Amino acid sequence: MGYKQYILTCGGTACDSNRGIELFNALKKAVSDNGLEDSVQVVRTGCLGFCEKGPIVKILPEDTFYVEVKPEDAEEIVKEHIIKGRTVDRLLYDKSQSKVHVGVEGIDFYQKQFRIVLRNCGVIDPDRIDEYIARDGYKALEKVLFEMTPQDVVDEITKSGLRGRGGAGFPTGVKWGFAAKQPAGQKYMVCNADEGDPGAYMDRSTLEGDPHSILEAMTIAGYAIGASKGFIYIRAEYPLAIKRLQNAIAQSTELGLLGEDILGSGFSFTIELRFGAGAFVCGEETALLASIEGKRGMPTPRPPFPAVKGLWGRPTVINNVETLANIPVVILKGADWFNKIGTATTKGTKVFALTGKVNNSGLIEVPMGTTLREIIFDVGGGIKGGKKFKAAQTGGPSGGIIPPQFLDTPIDYESLGKIGSIMGSGGLIVMDETDCIPDIAKFYLDFTVDESCGKCAPCRIGGRKLLNYLDKICSGDGTEEDLQRMLDISDAMARASLCGLGQTASNPVRSSLRYFLDEYKEHIHDHKCRAGKCKKLLNFTIDPEKCKGCTLCARKCPVGAITGTVKQPHVIDTAKCIKCGQCYDNCKFGAISRG
Amino acid sequence: MANMIQLEINGIPVEVEEGTSILNAAKKVHVKIPTLCYHPDLTPWASCGICVVRQLVPSRTEPGKWVPSPKLLRACCTAVTPGMKISTHDADIVKVRRTVLELILANHPNDCLQCPRNGSCELQRLAGDFGIRDIPFPAEIPSIPVDKSTPSLVLNQNKCVKCGRCAIVCQQMQNVWALEFIGRGEKTRMAPAADCTLEESPCIKCGQCSAHCPVGAIYENDETAKVWDALRDPEKHCVVQIAPAVRVAIGEAFGKEPGTLMTGETYAALRRLGFKAVFDTNFSADLTIMEEGSEFIKRFTGKGGELPLITSCCPAWTEWMEEYAPDFINNFSTAKSPQQMLSPMAKTYYAQKQGIDPSKIFVVSIMPCTAKKYEISRSENMSSSGYQDTDVVLTTRELARMIKSAGIDFVSLEPEAADSLMGEYTGAGTIFGVTGGVMEAALRTAYCLITKKDQPPSIDFMDVRGMQGVKEATIDIDGTPVKIAVAHQMGNVKQVLDAVREDRKNGVKPRYDFIEVMACRGGCIGGGGQPTGATDEVRALRTKGIYTDDERSVLRMSHLNPMITKIYEEFLGAPLSEKAHELLHNHYRQTKVYSK
Repeated sequence: MGYKQYILTCGGTACDSNRGIELFNALKKAVSDNGLEDSVQVVRTGCLGFCEKGPIVKILPEDTFYVEVKPEDAEEIVKEHIIKGRTVDRLLYDKSQSKVHVGVEGIDFYQKQFRIVLRNCGVIDPDRIDEYIARDGYKALEKVLFEMTPQDVVDEITKSGLRGRGGAGFPTGVKWGFAAKQPAGQKYMVCNADEGDPGAYMDRSTLEGDPHSILEAMTIAGYAIGASKGFIYIRAEYPLAIKRLQNAIAQSTELGLLGEDILGSGFSFTIELRFGAGAFVCGEETALLASIEGKRGMPTPRPPFPAVKGLWGRPTVINNVETLANIPVVILKGADWFNKIGTATTKGTKVFALTGKVNNSGLIEVPMGTTLREIIFDVGGGIKGGKKFKAAQTGGPSGGIIPPQFLDTPIDYESLGKIGSIMGSGGLIVMDETDCIPDIAKFYLDFTVDESCGKCAPCRIGGRKLLNYLDKICSGDGTEEDLQRMLDISDAMARASLCGLGQTASNPVRSSLRYFLDEYKEHIHDHKCRAGKCKKLLNFTIDPEKCKGCTLCARKCPVGAITGTVKQPHVIDTAKCIKCGQCYDNCKFGAISRG
Repeated sequence: MANMIQLEINGIPVEVEEGTSILNAAKKVHVKIPTLCYHPDLTPWASCGICVVRQLVPSRTEPGKWVPSPKLLRACCTAVTPGMKISTHDADIVKVRRTVLELILANHPNDCLQCPRNGSCELQRLAGDFGIRDIPFPAEIPSIPVDKSTPSLVLNQNKCVKCGRCAIVCQQMQNVWALEFIGRGEKTRMAPAADCTLEESPCIKCGQCSAHCPVGAIYENDETAKVWDALRDPEKHCVVQIAPAVRVAIGEAFGKEPGTLMTGETYAALRRLGFKAVFDTNFSADLTIMEEGSEFIKRFTGKGGELPLITSCCPAWTEWMEEYAPDFINNFSTAKSPQQMLSPMAKTYYAQKQGIDPSKIFVVSIMPCTAKKYEISRSENMSSSGYQDTDVVLTTRELARMIKSAGIDFVSLEPEAADSLMGEYTGAGTIFGVTGGVMEAALRTAYCLITKKDQPPSIDFMDVRGMQGVKEATIDIDGTPVKIAVAHQMGNVKQVLDAVREDRKNGVKPRYDFIEVMACRGGCIGGGGQPTGATDEVRALRTKGIYTDDERSVLRMSHLNPMITKIYEEFLGAPLSEKAHELLHNHYRQTKVYSK
C-alpha cells in the first residue's frame, strides 16, 4: 500500500445513474494519463449519502468533498488538486467556506449524523474483501466463533437493546433466542432485503456499499441460533446490490469466512440469494418465506411465528438488512456501548432515506432520539425554495402524515406510534405547502391498493374503497358522510387485516384525517385545494385590473381557452380550461389567480 | 393425553385441548363466532377477517381490572393459551365485523334470487344474521365471463368472495391444481392458471370446490331442464337410477338429519316426477363386483393382467390418473363404474325385455357427484349400447330442487320399492358409497369365489373402513394373504402410487394386490354433488347411514343377488364374457394435464 492519496467516487445506484461510472473511469484515466497509478488510487465506494449533490468525489487523506462532479471535471481534479495541491473551489459544497471547510465535518448534512450501519459506505471499495477486513471486518465473527457460546451471542444482542429495523421494532436478541431454543436440526437465517417503500433505499445502499457486513452478521446469527443455511431475499430490481453480494459471497467463501468449517471453528454456514419479483407484500415475513419456498407471496397467520415454524416448517430468523448491519459493531464494541446510544426504549441509530421537499435529500444515519426538526432542518437543510414545512411522512405507505406541531418529537418506535405514525423501514418524505394532504394520502393508498396481495378482505376491498373516496374528495365531489365511511373502513382495515401491510395501509388516511381534517373539509365544502394540486378544484381567473393585455397567456394556453385583444384585459373560458396552469405560471404581472 | 388448557370465553370457563382454536373453544360453550372463509376441512386460511375477537388484558391504569385489548385476533387460526380471556361479541368487535362484511357485500352481486346457492349461501346467512339492510359503500362488481366449459361445473368468478377455499381444496385436499390464486390485490381471482378454461385445466370435475364454496361462485352445471324436457316428451321412455350415496344425503335438503336413509322416499318421488322405471345403481354395483371381482381373481391367480388391480369406478380418480399417473393405466380395472354398467343394460337388456325401442329410452342417473356428468361422454366406451348410455346425470342437489319444484312433500312420502329388474341390491352394492366399500364388497365376493365357501369368517372387513386417508391391510383368504390399500381424498393417493412405483423401481413384487381409490373425502357420501355443508361430522353420519343399509340387507354379497344371477343367465353369459366386455368394460388413455 504505497498510495499517497485516494480518490473515492460514489458507486451507488443513484450516482451511477448520474454518470457515476463514467466519472470513475474518467478519474482512473486522468490518474493514469498523468502517470500517478502508483501513488493515487481511485476507489469506487458505496453510497456517501449526500445524493442530492451527487455524484460525490472525496479525496483522502485531506478529506476534500467535491459535489455534483461530472466526468469532464476529472482531468481538472487530478491536475489541480492531486498534482498542484490546489482545491477545485467550484466543486466544493459550500463555495464561500472553501478555504476553511472542505471536508464532511464542515457540511451541515453530516454534522448530526452518527454512522454505525453506514460505517463503511462511501469509505471502502465494496468489491474488495480486504478493504472490509482492514476496517475490522469479520473480526466480530472471529470473536463470536472462538470466544462466545451461541447463548452468549443471543444475550449480548438482547442486552444491546437492538430492535428490528424492518419496521415493527421487535427486539432482535429475543427473536434469536426463540429460534435458538427450538430443538436442534435444520434452521434457517434469512435476510430481508426486499425493500419496497416508495423512495426508500437504505437497504440497497447498505448492500451496495458494504455487502460483507451483512454476510458477517448473518453468519453470526446462524451461529447463535444454530442455523447452517442462510438466504438473502433481495429484489431483482437491485442488480448492483445483487452483483456485489454475489462477489462478496464468492470472496468470503474463498477465504474460508463462509462455507464449511469457518476459520477452522467447526461451524459451517452458507448463504444463497433468492430474488423477489418486486411484490411489496413479500417484505412481510410470512409472505417472504412463502416466496422463497416458490409459492405465491401471501401472508399466513402468526403464530406460529417463523422463529418456531418458518421456512419449510423449520425455525427461521428473519432480519432486515439494517438490523444485521448493526450486529458486527454490537459484538465488537459491546452491548453496553451500543445501548447508550438512542432513547430509553430504542437504542442505536436509524438510517433514513430523506426525500421530498428538503434541500439536502439523501441517505442519513442519526442516533435514535434525534428530533424530526433536527433531521429536516439541520441535516436536511430545511425546505426547498424557502417554502413552509407542512408535513413529514415516516414509514412510507404504512406510515402516518405528521403535522408541524410534532416536529420536536424524538424519533423512536414509541414516540412515532403515539402520533399515529410508525418508524417503518426508514423512508422519510418531507412535504411543503404546495403538497395537498388528501392528494398525498391518495398517492399512498394508490400504492398499497396496487401492492395488496389480495388475500384478505379488509385490505383488498377496503383499500380500494378508501382510494375511491379520496378520488371523490380530490375531485370536489366528496361529502361529510364520506369522511365517516373512511374512518370506519380505516378502522376495520387496521384491526381486521391479517398482515402488517393491511393493518397499516390506512395509516396515511387515519393520520391525515386526524391532523388535517380542515383540509379535507375545505375540499368537500369549499371545493378548494389550498395547495393547488387537485386540478378539478382549481379555477383560473384573470384580474382585469392587473392584466396588461400582453397576450402571453393566450399564446401559452394549449386549448385556446383564453381570449382577448392586445393591451386589453384577457378572459378565460372556464368551460374550455383544462387547468394546466400554464397561464398562471407564465403571467408576468400576477394577474392570474388560482383558487 | 393432550395437555388441557383452561380459558374464559365471554366470562364462561372452558377447558380444551392444547392447540384448539378460539373458534372451536367457543363452540364448546355454545358461543357462535361468525366465519366466512373458515371451513373445518381446511387449515384456516384466515382471509376474510369476519371471525375477529379480542383478548382481555390486565389494565395498566387500574390494577386487577381486565380491559379489552384494541388488537383483534382471528378466532379461526389463533390457538388458545392458558388463562386467556376472550371477548367475542362486544359492540366494538361487531362494528368491525360489520364493516368488513359490508365491504365484502359491496363487491358481491346482489342477485340472490337467481343464485344457485339461494338459501344455502353462507354469505347470505351472514348478511341475514347481521341484519344488513343497505350497503354504505358503492358497489364494484366485476363482469368476468362465466366459465361453462365443462359438463360438470360452472365457474362464476363475479360471485367469488376470494375466501380461497376452492383453491386450497383443489390443491391441498385434492392435489389437482386446477384452481389457482391469480392476479394480485383487488384483481385477485380464483381461476385456472393462465386463465384457461376449466375444461383446458387439470380439473378432474370432482366438484369439491363447489361443495366447499360458501357462495355461488362455483357450482354444478344444472341439467334439470333437460330432464324436465325429456319427462314431458311423450316419445321418451324415461328411466332413472340412484347412486348409493344419494339416499343418505338427499334428506338434508329437506331438513332431515344427515345419514337418514331415504331410499324408498326417493324411489317414490322419482315415480311422481314421471319416471317410467326406477332402477338402483346399487344393483349395478353388484354387477361391477362380479366383473371387477372376477378380474381381480384372474390377475391375482396369475392368469393375466398386472397387479395391483386398481378400482376405476370413480371418474374423477380415473381422470386424475390419466393426467398425472398414466404409468398406472394397465393396473386399472377395465370394469366400468356402476352408473355406466346400468345405463347400457337399460338400453339393451331392459329394452329387449320390455320390448321398447332403445332409441326412445332416456336414462337419467342421480349421483352424489359432478364428475359423473363428465363420465357419460368421456369416451366411445360410454356409448356401448349403440346410443349414449346415460343421457343426463343429475347431482343430489339438482334432484332435491326438482322434487321441491314439483311440489312433492318428500319427507312424508310413503316409501316405495325400486323396479325389480335392476332395482334389487345387496349390502355389498350399497357400501360402494363410502371409502373402503368397493374393496369390502369385492373382498366378500372374491373370498367366496376363491375359496368356494359360502361366506368369509367375518363379513365386515373393518380394516378398510374409516376416515383414515390411506388404509392398508392384509386379508387372509384361507391362508393366502391379499394385500390391499384404500385411499380417499385425491391428495392422499400419490403416496400409495409412489409406494408401488418404488417397488417397480426396485424390481420387487408390488406391496399391494388391490387398491381402492375414491376422489372425495369419505368416498361418494362426501361427493362434490351432495348437499352443501359437508364436514367430517356430516360425513360420519352419512357413512353410518350406508352401513345401516348394509346391515339391514338380507343379502350382503354381490354374487348372491338373484337378479345378478338372472341377468348373467339371460343376457350376459358369465363375468368377463365377450358380451360383458362389450357392454361393461372400458379403456383408458393418457391425457394432457393442460389441454391448451
